[in-house]
Amino acid sequence: MTDTEPGRDWPLWEVFVRGRRGLSHTHAGSLHAPDAVMALRNARDLYTRRGEGVSVWVVPAAAITASSPDERDAFFEPAADKPYRHPTFYEIPEGVRHL
Amino acid sequence: MSAVAAALPLADDALVLSHRLAEWLGHAPELEEELALANISLDLLGQARACYALLGDEDALAYRREEREFRNLQLVEQPNGDFAHTITRQLFFSVWQELLFGRVTGTGPPAAVAAKAVKETAYHRDHAEQWTLRLGDGTEESHRRTQRAVDALWRYTGELFQPLEGLDIAMEPLRRDWRARIGDILARATLTMPEGPDADAWSAGAGRQGVHTESFGRMLAEMQHLHRSHPGAVW
Repeated sequence: MTDTEPGRDWPLWEVFVRGRRGLSHTHAGSLHAPDAVMALRNARDLYTRRGEGVSVWVVPAAAITASSPDERDAFFEPAADKPYRHPTFYEIPEGVRHL
Repeated sequence: MSAVAAALPLADDALVLSHRLAEWLGHAPELEEELALANISLDLLGQARACYALLGDEDALAYRREEREFRNLQLVEQPNGDFAHTITRQLFFSVWQELLFGRVTGTGPPAAVAAKAVKETAYHRDHAEQWTLRLGDGTEESHRRTQRAVDALWRYTGELFQPLEGLDIAMEPLRRDWRARIGDILARATLTMPEGPDADAWSAGAGRQGVHTESFGRMLAEMQHLHRSHPGAVW
């Protein structure tokens, strides 16, 4: 263990949970824990009530890089204002399934 | 009927330890840890209720018996002490409980209770094991306190292996397994297992016979006071 002050030993973790019938992991919230093993156990208590058959991911909050709200327009608009990028200009032939 | 005889000591263990853990609420070292202790406390209360349900009215059993009528282990009635003390008590008890419930076989109500409880108990043991490793192999101070707790509580572990009436479980192999598991966890946590066989460990009387340590009476007084002040009240 390092000699850092107590608060520094309990960094923030982000928690992602996949429900029993869920298809993907969804961000459920965050918590403090001294390491990944404890973060996983705390996440189980906090966000799953130990329900069977769920999958939990924990990620140190410091490992996540987020897009900046200030750059939102520049970041997302170029995609939104070019309709030809969206695959909506064809008819779906009859009889095609699973589309 | 005989299998149900074991329900009373097992229920008393769970109830008393549940109450001890509930005393931590609002006092745990971290919010997350507070939640874990409350979680374990709730599991144990659930186990106690399931066992009392086999015997009669759970409230009468919990709130109207005197200290001498309780059959819980002296280990579980020990005061919380510091966090290391609480964790060590959890470690000794939950390893025993997991091994014991894993051996309850057959059908009928006690087996059903054990089958449900063994899953919870695996979680309790894991929690105590993780913390023992962290505290034992943590700082000099956390190591010292955890070793102190191991040494202080060791005397109450002999009682874990007294035969339980109604449960057809050989206690000697259980004791060997328990010592192996505890020995392994303590070694990984850089802690020293106390000298001497646990079964010969000194203990003042025996909880299973209704002889308890001093602090238990105070705990019961607090737990039962409302029910005794207003007997027969519905709540």
